[in-house]
Amino acid sequence: MRAWAVHLAVLAALLAAGLLLPGYHTTNLARILVLATFAAGYNLAFGYTGLLSLGHAMFFAAGMYAAALPAWHWGWPAAPALLAGTAGGALMALATGALALRTAGVSFMIVTLMFAQAFALAILYFNGWTGGDEGFVIPSASRHLFGTSLAADTPRFLAAWSLFALGLLLSLALVRSRFGRVMVALRENEERARMLGINPFAAKLKVLVISGAWSGAAGAAYALLFGYAGGSFAGIQYSILPMLYVLLGGAGTTLGAVLGAGLMFYLTEFASSVTSAWLFLVGLVLVVLVLFAPKGILGWVRARLWRELP
Amino acid sequence: MTTTSLFTPSRRRVLQGMGAGLATAALPGHVWGQAAPLKIGFQLHRTGIGAAYGRWYERTTTAAAAAINAAGGIAGRQVEILYEDDATDPKRGAEVVEKLAGPSGCDLIMGTLFSHVVMGAAPRAGELKIPYLVCSEGYHVASGALNRWVLQPGITDVRAQISTMAPWVASTLGKKVTMVFPDYAFGHDHRDFFTTAIAAQGGEVIAQIAIPPTETSFTRYFPQIPAETEVLYHVMVGPAVLTFVKELGEFYGTGAKPALFGFIDSLEAVDTASPGLEFLEGSHFWEGHCRAKPADAGEAETAYRAAVGVDDNGASVSDAKDVSTYAHMFSCWETLYFIKQAVEASGYAGPADRQKLVEAMEAVTDLPEGAERPQGPMRFDGKKHQAFGVQNISKMEGGKLVRVHQTTIEEGLYDNDTDYTAMSF
Amino acid sequence: MGFGPFLLLALMEGLVTAAVLSLAAVGLSLVFGVMRVVNVAHGEFFMLGAVIAWFVAGLVPGPAWMAFLAALVLAPLVVGALAAAVDGLVLKRLNYDPEATIVATIGVMYMVQQAALSFYGPDARPVAAPFDWRFQLPWFGYSGYKLFVVAAAVAVLLAVWLGMTRTRAGLVMRATQVDRDVARAFGIDVERVYMGTFALGAGLAAMGAVLYVPISQAHYLMGHDPLLLSFIVVIIGGLGSLRGTLVAALVIGLSDGVISMFFSPTLAKILATLLVAMVLVFRPQGLFGAKA
Repeated sequence: MRAWAVHLAVLAALLAAGLLLPGYHTTNLARILVLATFAAGYNLAFGYTGLLSLGHAMFFAAGMYAAALPAWHWGWPAAPALLAGTAGGALMALATGALALRTAGVSFMIVTLMFAQAFALAILYFNGWTGGDEGFVIPSASRHLFGTSLAADTPRFLAAWSLFALGLLLSLALVRSRFGRVMVALRENEERARMLGINPFAAKLKVLVISGAWSGAAGAAYALLFGYAGGSFAGIQYSILPMLYVLLGGAGTTLGAVLGAGLMFYLTEFASSVTSAWLFLVGLVLVVLVLFAPKGILGWVRARLWRELP
Repeated sequence: MTTTSLFTPSRRRVLQGMGAGLATAALPGHVWGQAAPLKIGFQLHRTGIGAAYGRWYERTTTAAAAAINAAGGIAGRQVEILYEDDATDPKRGAEVVEKLAGPSGCDLIMGTLFSHVVMGAAPRAGELKIPYLVCSEGYHVASGALNRWVLQPGITDVRAQISTMAPWVASTLGKKVTMVFPDYAFGHDHRDFFTTAIAAQGGEVIAQIAIPPTETSFTRYFPQIPAETEVLYHVMVGPAVLTFVKELGEFYGTGAKPALFGFIDSLEAVDTASPGLEFLEGSHFWEGHCRAKPADAGEAETAYRAAVGVDDNGASVSDAKDVSTYAHMFSCWETLYFIKQAVEASGYAGPADRQKLVEAMEAVTDLPEGAERPQGPMRFDGKKHQAFGVQNISKMEGGKLVRVHQTTIEEGLYDNDTDYTAMSF
Repeated sequence: MGFGPFLLLALMEGLVTAAVLSLAAVGLSLVFGVMRVVNVAHGEFFMLGAVIAWFVAGLVPGPAWMAFLAALVLAPLVVGALAAAVDGLVLKRLNYDPEATIVATIGVMYMVQQAALSFYGPDARPVAAPFDWRFQLPWFGYSGYKLFVVAAAVAVLLAVWLGMTRTRAGLVMRATQVDRDVARAFGIDVERVYMGTFALGAGLAAMGAVLYVPISQAHYLMGHDPLLLSFIVVIIGGLGSLRGTLVAALVIGLSDGVISMFFSPTLAKILATLLVAMVLVFRPQGLFGAKA
């Protein structure tokens, strides 16, 4: 019960912050929550199940294009586009996972990386239809949900918050369910899990599809909330970012993703306001942070303060 | 070589952009009677793949602001430029627009170059209702894909640039053209518009070779260039360009080779006398603004070079190896003077007048040559939100680019149905 | 161009690609093999090697080959020392935890990139080859230095292989690779081995870059591709197998070259990437890895 209370309190605090802070921070928070949703999906695969993927940009971008292309070419409204995006991410995860999960560990990392690179190149190759690297602006008619324009600060934030809240509560329920224990068992010792009658391949594929759906929903939401879809979101840096958020916040903690995403955003913001060599400062802080908390910030909390942290 | 120290405070750059002695005006509780400065946000490619351009865009803009401030500012207000790095990334680009429009309190935003960053940030500029003046040369503005708040008043778009090249290429170099271009938006604009333009001249593009943007070696693609090619049209960009040219030289070697026509984008910020580039001797390039000072250059050109700190070869006056992005960076200078003209015409006083400001920009038509426009005269099309200027073709002679042809504004004009003035704000 | 010459060119280019890949990957193969840490900054060590070559070329007077030799010695030393410092100050304190190391080396990557941008600048700069020799075949011309790179890659791989199999240091490294606890029990100073391996891996990357930069250019973002490609080569080859690294570099380089004959460039890249990924899908332990 305590875990649910903490999560609801965090959601309430985020909601209050988004509604009370000035518009600039409302928009930033909306962006952070969308990326945190992506990272939360990544965390299910990596943090809980131990699937070290370097190809999640492919799921994010699949969701983004599955939502944005129908909106651009055929004028789909936001609600079906969002569902298409979620399905797009899940289907991409199903197709690539069925092959990539034949491998494990670093081989899995490299196979997902290469699939994602091929996908990013395919977006460029079919530029006549996808807009290539330049991308395209989402028509404003498609950016309406329940009659409200997602281009305005408050509705945009509320949409992002709802998506994040849904993701967070579902992932909390998931990791506390029986299947959640299966996930952790696969991470800790796959052989033992197999002896307990678990089919590792099927279970991991299921996790990857859930993770892909999450990432796809986030990609679709990014396009619809911020009005743009482009090839850069399929690049390797969008595979590294969710990993960085999760490791920074704490892998295998439900709240680590949002903490990491927020921290990286405001760290960049702060560093670029004090020096033009902001990249150096960001790098330095990352090194110092990881020396202080090798298991991420919430990993440190879990080790020192609250062992039951989900 | 010019190097910035590791921890250059970004604020210092801001102060440099303001006239000396006027820095006090920026302090809180500014001096009596002195109007608050006009704050212009600059979306800068300081890091990422666009950094070679970003550095010169920053220098040019700082110089233009200093010149404007020394002459009394804009509508009696000093200009303050706030540079913000977008890492040449569309996502960060959108965030930077939000920051400049929000907490930084800028009156308007300018300066973006890479077209995917423009595309990613433009919707946010439209939603925040802040004028967003890009220096990108992309066709994205004139194509009508963006919104009422986005304008490109300082540089001709690629569609116009390319179309004006075709008659000269067809009549001087040959009619059978093979194109080599990067497989992304910039290259696709070249592919689409040049193919059409050369066909109109009775020529033909016989092969199109699109190189993936991550490629670092090119020789294996050269056999795809048909033997009957008369003109090889190349528009590579990015750091691997040097390799591209070197390998092309090695590949053709002493054998027969087609005439080469390229866009200088391939060699911006690169010394044309670099080892390995000898192969380009005698070939031709498009230049937006001639890097080597033409013999007949006027006063404005000389003054512009002096202000930015560029010598007659287009390199930094303090370091001859530090070559500028000369063919593009004038767009920052000219955009800032365009802002000055529109702010003064509209009586702009603050963010509440932004709509009035955009309407004043749309009303601009003729932009004559002069200190404000060292690159030459331009014509602004308020419906397309796009400026059209003259273009140059230069020949590489002794490792130096010498202008051999200049097009007129009229040659670059085209019709499409873009009309931003019919869009709502 | 006829099919024969076209194929010849594709094979030559594939061989050069393979040489460059193995030069970039051999250091990572050691680090990854012995220490089992994912060093995201490996590509930046490669970049630093190229940038140092550029600086040295400006400082050493006389013919290009003198600067080249100077850089060949200096770059690995400087970069190796930097890597040793990173190991001592950061990685050791993290106890080589695989996940924490990823974050730490991402941080190091940002710092090195920014330092290169601040002190070297954003421009791509050429570095002259030690000798200027180009030969002309009836169908196309070719750079003689490219063939030299192939020979140099063979020499470097051979030297590393001899070092690993014939010297005491190599034996110690292999023992640590197999089981670090047992190695420690036998009195091996594992921490020193790790620091040495990490420095050696970085130095090899820098040396590879000095060899590579004359056929390319120095640029502060150039470390990105060597990083990804090195990982791909090392994993496809099979962890800890030098022979595997070599064979994987050949497979990737030649398939890249030959596939590009038949398709448009971007499509060829997509197909080559998928093909190589399939090698791992159907042989998860890599070409020469032991069965897990």
